[in-house]
Amino acid sequence: MYVSYKWLQEYVDLSGVSPEELAEKITKSGIEVEGVETLNEGISGVVVGYVQEREQHPNADKLNKCLVDIGAEEPVQIICGAANVDKGQKVAVATVGAVLPGNFKIKKAKLRGEESHGMICSLQELGFESKLVAKEFAEGIYNFPQDTEVGLDALEQLHRDDQVLELGLTPNRADCLSMLGVAYEVAAILGREVKLPVSGVETSSEKAADYIQVTVDAKEDNPLYVAKVIKNVKIGPSPLWMQARLTAAGIRPHNNVVDITNYILLEYGQPLHAFDYDRLGSKEILVRRAKDGEEIVTLDDAKRKLTADHLVITNGENPIALAGVMGGANSEVQADTTNVLLESAYFIGGPVRKASKDHGLRSEASARYEKGVDPNRVRAAAERAAQLLAEYADGEVLEGSVEADSLSVEPAVVSVTLEKINRVLGTDLDMKYVEDLFSRLQFETATDNGTIIVTVPTRRGDITIEEDLIEEVGRLFGYDNLASTLPIGSATPGHLTPYQNKRRMVRHYLEGAGLYQAVTYSLTNELKATQYALEKREPVRLAMPMSEDRSVLRLSIIPQLLEILKYNTARQNDSLAVYETGAVFLANGSEELPEEREHLAGAVTGLWQSHLWQGEKKPVDFFVVKGILEGLFEKLGVTSAVEFRQSEKEGMHPGRTAEIYLSGTSVGFIGQTHPTVEKEYDLKETYVFELSLKAILEADVPPLQYVAIPRFPSITRDIALVVDKEKAAGELESIIKEAGGTLLKEVHVFDLYEGERMDEGKKSIAFSLKYFDPERTLTDEEVVKAHDKVLDAVKEKAGAVLRG
Amino acid sequence: MQERLKELQTEALEKVSQSANLKELNDIRVSYLGKKGPITEVLKGMGKLSAEERPMMGALANEVRDAITSGIEEKQKHLEEAAVHEKLAAETIDVTLPGRPVKTGNHHPLTRIIEEIEDLFIGMGYTVAEGPEVEKDYYNFEALNLPKDHPARDMQDSFYITEETLLRTQTSPVQARTMEKHDGKGPVKIICPGKVFRRDNDDATHSHQFMQIEGLVVGENIRMTDLKGTLEVFAKKLFGEDREIRMRPSFFPFTEPSVEVDVSCFKCGGKGCNICKKTGWIEILGSGMVHPNVLEMSGFDSKKYSGFAFGMGVERIAMLKYGVEDIRHFYTNDVRFLNNFQVHE
Repeated sequence: MYVSYKWLQEYVDLSGVSPEELAEKITKSGIEVEGVETLNEGISGVVVGYVQEREQHPNADKLNKCLVDIGAEEPVQIICGAANVDKGQKVAVATVGAVLPGNFKIKKAKLRGEESHGMICSLQELGFESKLVAKEFAEGIYNFPQDTEVGLDALEQLHRDDQVLELGLTPNRADCLSMLGVAYEVAAILGREVKLPVSGVETSSEKAADYIQVTVDAKEDNPLYVAKVIKNVKIGPSPLWMQARLTAAGIRPHNNVVDITNYILLEYGQPLHAFDYDRLGSKEILVRRAKDGEEIVTLDDAKRKLTADHLVITNGENPIALAGVMGGANSEVQADTTNVLLESAYFIGGPVRKASKDHGLRSEASARYEKGVDPNRVRAAAERAAQLLAEYADGEVLEGSVEADSLSVEPAVVSVTLEKINRVLGTDLDMKYVEDLFSRLQFETATDNGTIIVTVPTRRGDITIEEDLIEEVGRLFGYDNLASTLPIGSATPGHLTPYQNKRRMVRHYLEGAGLYQAVTYSLTNELKATQYALEKREPVRLAMPMSEDRSVLRLSIIPQLLEILKYNTARQNDSLAVYETGAVFLANGSEELPEEREHLAGAVTGLWQSHLWQGEKKPVDFFVVKGILEGLFEKLGVTSAVEFRQSEKEGMHPGRTAEIYLSGTSVGFIGQTHPTVEKEYDLKETYVFELSLKAILEADVPPLQYVAIPRFPSITRDIALVVDKEKAAGELESIIKEAGGTLLKEVHVFDLYEGERMDEGKKSIAFSLKYFDPERTLTDEEVVKAHDKVLDAVKEKAGAVLRG
Repeated sequence: MQERLKELQTEALEKVSQSANLKELNDIRVSYLGKKGPITEVLKGMGKLSAEERPMMGALANEVRDAITSGIEEKQKHLEEAAVHEKLAAETIDVTLPGRPVKTGNHHPLTRIIEEIEDLFIGMGYTVAEGPEVEKDYYNFEALNLPKDHPARDMQDSFYITEETLLRTQTSPVQARTMEKHDGKGPVKIICPGKVFRRDNDDATHSHQFMQIEGLVVGENIRMTDLKGTLEVFAKKLFGEDREIRMRPSFFPFTEPSVEVDVSCFKCGGKGCNICKKTGWIEILGSGMVHPNVLEMSGFDSKKYSGFAFGMGVERIAMLKYGVEDIRHFYTNDVRFLNNFQVHE
């Protein structure tokens, strides 16, 4: 809502409060003023001139040579390019020395050999928005009414010596979609009176009821319809002050009749519509729901197909307006209109919103109906409009109104205790103060033993419960005046859950290991959603996606991480490691919410280590990434429950992929992406992993317990085993551990040889075995005995031969 | 004989002092002090001496031996030290060459902001509550006083999956779920971070996915002044000790009264600059007293309990705090962007 400061002054005394101060006060008490615009800012030296003579410029087809009286001693010669300039017009002249918006200074000039002492201006050149300039002046210079005095300040004549406050209204404050509503608000803030406009007009002896009959079928959608008839109007421009107010509010002037309806819409917040009475095609108004397939051509010349969701005004047969949204072209007020049917109606928001949405048609009227208008202003607005039509369109107002009224309006009565007000706000206000605040709002109050009973005017439909009253008190008291306290009451221990705690550890660990945390979108396309899913399921689909690329919820994070690697590689960062923790979504049937599982995924590409001046460059490989995960499992205390098993997976290198098992259940995988994928993403060798974070964080881990440092020496035995190439080191390690018994405390691989000195299809793996007993020093015999068991077992179970 | 010994001593010490390395020195030792050396030779003639002279000569011989030995030792020590010096000098490195890089990643800036806020509120007795990103219409809207026909929940603004499920548009459903679990008994003190989704085209200031963090306190006698005090603590922690807050009345369906909260501009301190659009204030969050309908729907007696809630966009906070100009940076994950957030504050 744009509010003219000068206009507002008609309803509230604003003396001593500048527009900027007013803006600050309004903002602090509840309605954000998003800006204050000075309409004549940066403009000076523009006066009203009279074009005495106009002739074609001798040297230019498209220029006019004008002699213009600007109220100075002598008329001045001005060269003007506007096609519509002519002798006898009153125009806006930027005189020599004038300044126009954009710091455009007017100087004496010579145009094609002819002197020009100023410029005749269009409204756009005077800072008007193009869309707000009346159509007849949209393409050229502006003409003042003939009775405008020459030499006066043109911007003052245009009522542009004004400032406009732009209110950012929240949906609950529809009451401030009118000047009167703003006036009540400002009056409450300033503690001043509201001066209401005075209506009243002499009516003719003819009765409106003899001209029109009103029937409302859709009473629920339209509880009150008021029609008035005004005869013999003379269509012409509305007065400049009215045009100026409309323009300031963002509405383009048309003609006096239309402008008056818009003026009342702004003043009362009540949309009005003027029909050309003689174009109705009947003497009847019937308000009903549209029939499916029925059509109407609206004022914007668009043909609109209607359904039974839409409410229409008809002439008994055919639609003549889309109720509350826009009038029909067939009954539009035109230059030759003489008799007007004025509609002031109370439409319910629902059907208006539906029509507005279905037709993509938002009007000043629909915006107000959608949020709710004040039922008590319907008649007053019609009376005031009739008065203005008599005054500014020479209309003859017929006696009475024709109404269809099924409306019952009772103002809401809401009460609240003083104790509750103070308890919620944390204040210590007394009853008198609270009563006074409500009287500033012009709410009627009564008190009863600590309770204040408030009768809420119908203009404030947003106030229905006691909290709404508390808010009114709070905002007018001023939140700046509230003290600052902290909640009192029983202490609550603040903490992270073990899961949240571990997840933070996982992040810190991975970042310490060199991975950047990434955050990506949950929505992706079908292929990416499922490509690396741990579990094959149908993805969850949006009902109405905005694009294919954001149409389903991910089942895996890896594709998005690959996308990040691709993006960075293309920008000369081809060595990078990233990880993400986040939900993946597993569909659960359409009625149920999908299962959301938190995953941990990582992707590493390019060089893992490089120390360039030392000539060191090590690309990432499987074991780098596996090592990172092993370190993580160690931190989580699940190492002994984890197993890596060779496996194959779509999109992964068939020989370099492992499925990860936790206590025998698959929880994820690790490996190199398939070279075709690497090619697709323009990546070097890339390794990825994805795990169910939930599974690894919620694994059963025994409570932390100290293990004593061994006091007795350990004995180490190394063995090199020759086995088939396919034999997995992990399998050998398991056999060794099992056979070694309780004395064997540590086993690790320390060498792998697959070179030419081996027989075809064989390899040698060397293990280091550490034996000890925490209670005593082991004897040689004991170690030999245990070690022999190990050797027997690997021979027997893995066909291993001890390498000489 | 006596003279011969003196001569040997002088001669040996002369050679010792001239020796250039440990090998030469060792040769001198062997040649003078060895079994076949000149001193031994001289002492072989002792038999010819008288019984009185013998001890004297023996003592002198020992004296000479000792002198030579200590001369050698001294020289040896000297030479060894020189050798060490030489070795160290040869080992000199250019300490200005770069060290071996320890590559570390870091928190995403959004996580950084979230953890900072979580930690602040944990310190004030809050716990961190999380909830699903795909929500029931009921928790996302209805339980928050946004009934089915409310304009603020237009289909256009949300990503629906079915009529009853959608990608949550706010983290507030976590509040509704948490309150419901509390079975009508306070106090509730939670902070809820998470991803939310709105039907927006991505541009510099809009993102179809973004992060919110919300807080909720429900208890007996929770007052609006408590909200103000809590948010002051928050603003000072996040934006600096000198910050002030301003509460402006506003409207949200789930709170009443509702306020929008501005923090005094941390760039200009309130004088007015580009960041605060010359107002001295920057809007950072929305908040209010929990609407009685919300309390009742979640099983709390609104006569007995009251509460406050606040919520903010994490990207907005990060953009303000770090001066990030485009919201899309948070989701592109350009390493040059991420690297900005290495420093631990």
